Amino acid sequence: MSGPDAQARAEHVARAAYGKLVAMLSSRSGDIIAAEDALADAFVAALKTWPERGIPDKPEAWLLTVAKNRRTDQARRDARLVITDKANDMADAHAIEPEDAQLDERLKLLFVCAHPAIDEGIRTPMMLQTVLGLEAEQIAKAFLVSPKAMAQRLVRAKKKIKSAGIPFVIPEPEAYQDRMSAVLEAVYGAFAVDWLEGDGDLSHEAYFLANILAELAPDNPEALGLTALIGFIEARRGARIENGVLVPVPEQNVGLWDSQLIEHSVSILTQASLRRAPKSMPGRFQLEAAIQSVHAARSVTGQTDWRALSQLYLGLVRAYPSIGSAVSRAAVVAEDAGPAEGLKMLEVIDYDGLENYQPFHAVRAHCLGALGRIADAAEAYATAISLCTDRPSQRWLEKKVGDLRKKMS
Amino acid sequence: MRYTFLLYSDASMAAHMTEEDWAESKKVFGEYIGALQEAGVFIDTDWLHPAETATTITLAGGEKRVQDGPFAETKETLGGFFAINVENLDEALAWAEKCPAVHYGKVEIRASAMDSV
Repeated sequence: MSGPDAQARAEHVARAAYGKLVAMLSSRSGDIIAAEDALADAFVAALKTWPERGIPDKPEAWLLTVAKNRRTDQARRDARLVITDKANDMADAHAIEPEDAQLDERLKLLFVCAHPAIDEGIRTPMMLQTVLGLEAEQIAKAFLVSPKAMAQRLVRAKKKIKSAGIPFVIPEPEAYQDRMSAVLEAVYGAFAVDWLEGDGDLSHEAYFLANILAELAPDNPEALGLTALIGFIEARRGARIENGVLVPVPEQNVGLWDSQLIEHSVSILTQASLRRAPKSMPGRFQLEAAIQSVHAARSVTGQTDWRALSQLYLGLVRAYPSIGSAVSRAAVVAEDAGPAEGLKMLEVIDYDGLENYQPFHAVRAHCLGALGRIADAAEAYATAISLCTDRPSQRWLEKKVGDLRKKMS
Repeated sequence: MRYTFLLYSDASMAAHMTEEDWAESKKVFGEYIGALQEAGVFIDTDWLHPAETATTITLAGGEKRVQDGPFAETKETLGGFFAINVENLDEALAWAEKCPAVHYGKVEIRASAMDSV
């Protein structure tokens, strides 16, 4: 493999291994910035060397060794720094640590990012960047802040981890319960970002981490809830896009769903409900998983239980209000109680940024179309398309506009 | 790693303290110092006269200025400090939580920068 292939492979390895490598490089020194710099150098070296000499057998180990050497060189040049982990570097420079050691380092890094001494608002973004390898720009977009501001806040937080001496350890159970929600949030964020447009690496990684977290904290029903939630969605991977066009869940071919993964997720969700304190409300991820389990039940019953979905969404918007759940609830109500009710519900949603929220316009367009208000519907679809950022959804919206035109003629 | 705990509190509260309160305060701080020493993490501590007795000096701006009082007038002022030697922030936090000052004021934890420059 050489030339563009080697380049593509290097980029693939880079994305897939980023979090593992940052975690392994930073855990001893506590210096995430230095680890990221060394890794960036190693990637540059890989892009130069691999196309000429071929891709090494263990590309991750190669990157790790080069990055470690770079960091040691840098530390030697930088007389202010005292190298404390030199012996360790030499001992493991030849081979990558076993899989569970890498995993440990990554979990430690997740919990470091979620430490109470770190500003709450930057915990999830930092996990997305350092452990899950998202670009600062993608994160800035998801958190609705400018890339520059996001980059500055990330650097500030990483400097604090190093200078304040936040330890790279998996905390005791009583301490990690507090940090778990930020960790789960980041894992779900990584899954969602990759789901429609990514190559699947990140979403697989997210599912893997969710499973590990559920094992680590078997008494945390939300960790189980997240695992079930991702499992239900992951089970529909083969059905979600057809010829490049998004297929909404209720219209997907259930024959393409992974029935084993659905069954597994149902049992995880059941475990979550058993772990919950008596009479306590299910957490956000459990509710969202329950919603997905209703969709999944169509593979057995042959139909979508809109009433059940409507009730679950009511619970979700009451306990965990968000723009996303409010709009999804309206979409479900439009199916359960009719488009006029759905439209009414959309009209009372009050969130900043609603005007620029694509699903709002898409659901509104659907309701208007179903009510025969074709011109209004076409206008709402046009707005939705202009706000759409992924190709499969955009093609689906375009198809809906086409259907609308057929209706008119 | 060396950490310093900066103890901030509202000094006006001290005005209402009785003899017994002072004796009790001395006792709990004494016990805390004893615990730090026993754990082998104690470096230093001090208890300071109130901020209104402070004298502040600066040569910033090129000219010597000496001022009566603290550099900033705030409700909660620095009343004392502890310097300890522990492995990391989690250990520092665990010791800070045991500091008697957390019950009436705030304890700011700062890592020493001497190791990193």
